Amino acid sequence: MSNAETPAPAPAGPPPVETLTIKVDGRTVQVPKTMPDWQGKPQATTMLQACALAGVDVPHYCYHPKLPIAGNCRMCLVEFGTPVMDPATRQPVKNEDGSVKIARSVLPYEPGTPRGAIGCATPISPGMEIYPNSPATKQMREAVLESLLINHPLDCPICDQAGECKLQEYSVQHGQATSQFVEAKVHKPKAVDLGPRIMLDDERCILCTRCIRFAKDIAGDDALGIVNRGSYNTIAAAPGMKFDNNYTLNTVDLCPVGALTSKDFRFKMRVWFLKETKSVCTSCATGCNITVGSREDTVHRYEPRENDAVNGPWMCDAGRLNYKWIHREDRLKHVLIRGQKSNWATALKELTAKLATVAAGSAAVIASARQTTEELYLLRQLAAKLGALTDSVPRTQQADRLLVSADRNPNSNGARVTGIATGELGARLPLIAAGIRAGTITTLIVFGEDVTQCGIGADLLARLELLVVSDILPNPTVAAAHYVLPGCAHVEKRGTFLNGKGRLQKFLKGVEAPGDTRPEWEFLHELVHAVTGRNGYTSMEGLFNQMAQDVPAFAGLEWAKLGDQGVTVSI
Amino acid sequence: MAIVVDRKPLNFAERTYLPALLGGLKVTAKHFANTVFKGGNAAKLTGEGYYPEVPWRVEDGYRGAPYLVKDQDGATKCVSCQLCEFVCPPKAIRITPPGPNGQPADRSGAEKMPEEFEINMLRCIFCGLCQEVCPEEAIFLQQDYSLTGLTRDEMIYDKEKLLSLGGVAGGIQKWKHKLEEAREQEVFPVKSST
Repeated sequence: MSNAETPAPAPAGPPPVETLTIKVDGRTVQVPKTMPDWQGKPQATTMLQACALAGVDVPHYCYHPKLPIAGNCRMCLVEFGTPVMDPATRQPVKNEDGSVKIARSVLPYEPGTPRGAIGCATPISPGMEIYPNSPATKQMREAVLESLLINHPLDCPICDQAGECKLQEYSVQHGQATSQFVEAKVHKPKAVDLGPRIMLDDERCILCTRCIRFAKDIAGDDALGIVNRGSYNTIAAAPGMKFDNNYTLNTVDLCPVGALTSKDFRFKMRVWFLKETKSVCTSCATGCNITVGSREDTVHRYEPRENDAVNGPWMCDAGRLNYKWIHREDRLKHVLIRGQKSNWATALKELTAKLATVAAGSAAVIASARQTTEELYLLRQLAAKLGALTDSVPRTQQADRLLVSADRNPNSNGARVTGIATGELGARLPLIAAGIRAGTITTLIVFGEDVTQCGIGADLLARLELLVVSDILPNPTVAAAHYVLPGCAHVEKRGTFLNGKGRLQKFLKGVEAPGDTRPEWEFLHELVHAVTGRNGYTSMEGLFNQMAQDVPAFAGLEWAKLGDQGVTVSI
Repeated sequence: MAIVVDRKPLNFAERTYLPALLGGLKVTAKHFANTVFKGGNAAKLTGEGYYPEVPWRVEDGYRGAPYLVKDQDGATKCVSCQLCEFVCPPKAIRITPPGPNGQPADRSGAEKMPEEFEINMLRCIFCGLCQEVCPEEAIFLQQDYSLTGLTRDEMIYDKEKLLSLGGVAGGIQKWKHKLEEAREQEVFPVKSST
């Protein structure tokens, strides 16, 4: 592991990649002979992949780079041709002008009619020519779309997928305005309860089986299948089974149409209103990359953002739905000094004066591993100045085999590298509790944790001379605090998390913070500078770069170098 | 060359302004008398009539205030697709979608209707894009051009008000048609329509 920018999962480098020369749309391109399949194993490069490498999009529904190939939607049909071989010499036959003679694929029983092949499952061969924009290819696409729309209800106005629906997009790009079918559409069940988080509309389904393959091959919960025959084909959960594993909502992202919809997001907001912010999930140490969908300072949904170094294109349901607390009514919205509403200027001024006179060794800092690395770094500086004991609170639960980590803190490693905690999180908490009981610790600074849950009860908190608490939601520790500094949720600020595997990932601000709340790093940086006398940065970028200089694990890093996918560091 | 016009000094009577005042009052009194004693207002007496008393007749296709309409069965046509909210140039339309636990649509077949639908008539520019974009034919610019209110809040028309002002617009009932078609298919053998 190094601090360098993570290399793209490129096949480049030793050994040299074997390539084939083919023609896409008349252009000669060199493509690798093999490419990673859904499990990352090398497989013969397909026509669809070759077209993508040549910069030509081939429309597709059932194909997904991270799922096994099914080849059932027929949308990626393309016309192609192969060099004519002389059966005697096994050499390509040449035209009169010296070029290689190409035989376009045709129907065996009707040699005048072009015959397409599905791009997703047809491997390329040397000298092959692919015609993704030929009239025959276009005709095939029109025909496939017409067939897919035979029984589609076209209820886009009430469909949650509208706006991010592949059927809509391809119908506009490749479809035609009329249909030859005048018969009544086959009606299938609507609003089928498939599981606790998934609603199924069978009429909209185009039977691409992405959801079935995901359930079976990725989630390992083979709950879905197709029942009935012919035009009555429907997706259904196996009898007596519910589609209720912890990854079901990924099928909503996978579904190219509006058949599978999220019960949580159902009828909540049209997708074209959502502002998309790149962020990171905070529910465990995996740190799945997410896109936060918000409108006018209200978060409406999380969606996974593809990052092959962390979560691939998936995320768990628990993490995805863990956003509702952000808009809870009882959010801490005011600066409180001994229970009275105050303001930031007064509170920070008073705190600076009090912390400046704290005797060395008489203070302790309990930070949260849910805080950003920058905030933990600032708290560590404050603790160093005060000679304070520091620690964080562990959250350990059952891990699963796919994405969920046993460590439910998003930034335990951040707490370790900044020096807030060493090794086991929470190891020094009993020491702090004993110090308060013995009267040697009289000042406690708590960020984002309810310490009454981890051995420092209300009786101990009552003995303190100064209890400073910053949190987002009320809890018994906040109730006992002398100073309450209201903080922000991660979607309301910027920062970085260091995940369980040492990947440092940044997240951006999606919504404005409510009330008087301020991002912790902002007021901490004011407070810490005032107390320690240190000066410098005023922006998140500056703060990060400062931290990168001070924390050995981050040496050589800059905010700008983190990119959207993060950087792996050695921890 | 500039011409200097001598301003005639006002005489005493003119300086009191009373003759001018009385002249004006005479016109008012004439109209008053006409209205009270001749049984009609000035506007009517002059033939075609003038605006406040005789409302202006608007032609078909006039783009007045946009209102929501109901279908033949008295049900809300809007399905809360929010396209009008999206297309509205002055952002006068504000729709609250029902969400996962909202009230169901008041007609069977359509799964959705808006929980709240507000048009700020002070912002509306009567462009008609909402009517043009509506896939459900649920909003029409109607013939009202005189919208008045005493407060700004009063000028934000809510769903109830828009529906009561909008009236009924017939047309095809696609959701009802879909539902009937689906019901027919539940009986075997399936009757092929068309």
